[in-house]
Amino acid sequence: MGILELSGLVKNFGSLVAVNNFDLSIDEGEMRGLIGPNGSGKTTVFNLITGFIRPTRGKVMWQGHDITNQSPDAIAKKGIARTFQLTTLFKDMTALQNLVIASHLHTETGLFQQFSRTARARKKKREIEERALCLLETMGIADVKDEIAGELPHGHQRALGIAIVLATEPRLLLLDEPVSGMNLTETRDTMDRIKMLRDRGITILLVEHDMRAVMHTCEKITAMNFGEKIAEGTPEEISGHEEVIEAYLGGRLDLCLTAS
Amino acid sequence: MLRNNLSKAIGLTVLAIILVALPFALREYYVDVVTMLLINVILVVSFRLITTIGAWSLAHIPMMGAGAYATALMTGALGWPFWLTLPLAGLAAALIGLAMSYPLVRTKGFAFFVASFAAGDAMRLCWMRFKVPFGGHRGLTNIPFPEAIPIPGLRTIDFSDAIPYYFLALVVTVLCLLIMYRLDKSRIGDTLKAINSQDSLAMSVGINITQYKILAFVIGSFFAGIAGVLLAHRLWAVEPQQFGFGTTVYLLVWVVFGGTHTFAGPIIGVTVLTVLGELLDPFVEWVPMIYGAILILTLLFLPDGLEGLPRRLAWLGKVKISFEMRPGEIRQPVGLPGELREPSS
Repeated sequence: MGILELSGLVKNFGSLVAVNNFDLSIDEGEMRGLIGPNGSGKTTVFNLITGFIRPTRGKVMWQGHDITNQSPDAIAKKGIARTFQLTTLFKDMTALQNLVIASHLHTETGLFQQFSRTARARKKKREIEERALCLLETMGIADVKDEIAGELPHGHQRALGIAIVLATEPRLLLLDEPVSGMNLTETRDTMDRIKMLRDRGITILLVEHDMRAVMHTCEKITAMNFGEKIAEGTPEEISGHEEVIEAYLGGRLDLCLTAS
Repeated sequence: MLRNNLSKAIGLTVLAIILVALPFALREYYVDVVTMLLINVILVVSFRLITTIGAWSLAHIPMMGAGAYATALMTGALGWPFWLTLPLAGLAAALIGLAMSYPLVRTKGFAFFVASFAAGDAMRLCWMRFKVPFGGHRGLTNIPFPEAIPIPGLRTIDFSDAIPYYFLALVVTVLCLLIMYRLDKSRIGDTLKAINSQDSLAMSVGINITQYKILAFVIGSFFAGIAGVLLAHRLWAVEPQQFGFGTTVYLLVWVVFGGTHTFAGPIIGVTVLTVLGELLDPFVEWVPMIYGAILILTLLFLPDGLEGLPRRLAWLGKVKISFEMRPGEIRQPVGLPGELREPSS
């Protein structure tokens, strides 16, 4: 039995079936890729796992416990963290402050202590900041710790996005297109860092459009189309799978531009 | 850094001296004006505390009323001393805020606006409807003065006079501001702002945003209640009309005019507009129209309020770019990421 088990997951938005009878089993320490054309339901699966939306039917099991219908913060507490497709940060705060906020779960000090200025509270504050700095170093962006997050270059913002979720000390990390909009070097750096996280024992589920990045880093890939699983296997199996090729290349791209 | 701290210390000292000397330099009427200003400062700062979670509460003035009615009942009907009812009436408002917040914090944006107005006004209608104990339309009168404090060897401090009451309000205001300032700068304050800027991200790092929103609403209501206590004991009377929508509009104008991004913004807003209001005293019937004009002009030209003015001036004319493109041309702007951005304050 895997660390995360989705069984028979269905999500309807009105008459639209976004996810249909979706099963997924991820083993501890695995790095799994989740691919599929736009609108195939990948992000909906993320939202279902993390409690942002509730499934119409089906179950989400985490470490043998049913977590279907729990709130996002409760699920985060259990060790599942996610990033968002668009860069999602606390934009008006510095990079370091972003991580101090994100360290919430592991620095629970009680409301009064957060408010007070005792020596112990100050020591605690220093500890949190040291930990935050350490996370920035992990993602290679410690040099911008005092800059306002919203003003950082794109690549740095994406790295900060990952550092934020790492602050929750997740056992499972869901990454939604972590390298979208990055150039080649940035993509390689980011993928190397993600591999490093896996090597530290974090289980990873990766949604990504950059096929090369997925094929090179994941041992196993799940492919979706129209809300259903169409294939699962090693990168070689997936890249040779007929339905996957069909899903990606099936609709011919017609040139509809009229010359003027 | 050191210089910054020094100028801050000097500024605060000067402000303290002015605040202590002020009542002795003013006529009694103006002493009361400044006392009311202090009460309104508590009101706007506690209002801003709630805005940090992105919620503009139209129940804030009724919450002030809750504090005022609570102290009127506790000192009047129950005969409790003012010094006890001051915190207790604040707590009463906080409790009402707690009950209200359960449904309220589950709404967002415009829905919160409407729901908070309905909740606040429902409470106000109760005061009008129930003669016992709230006194109906006429409200409650004969609210006692705070008990005099005898100072051995000197005269007693009698709070029925304007100047002693001013100092009472000053001390309470400073205490309230200190607490709210510390809260704003604490990790709780940062968490509230984080929830406002990205609630989904806040949830996914494990923050129970509902709990934090309730906390902000309850603390804001507590301080609104405290402001209500100070108001009730200076006016000797409370009536439901004081806490209607008209007063809420004034509160909104103060806060929009000052800005909500900084702690000082709303304080500056209410102070400037109070001074302006006194200057416009001869044209008193025009004041609502002038306030309306200020609100519209602020929203149009100063969306961040007065506090955003220096930044806007600094930004003005700093960067100019112009280029022309011909039809069919392909052009790629190049540059290092973030090379061109608004100078941060």
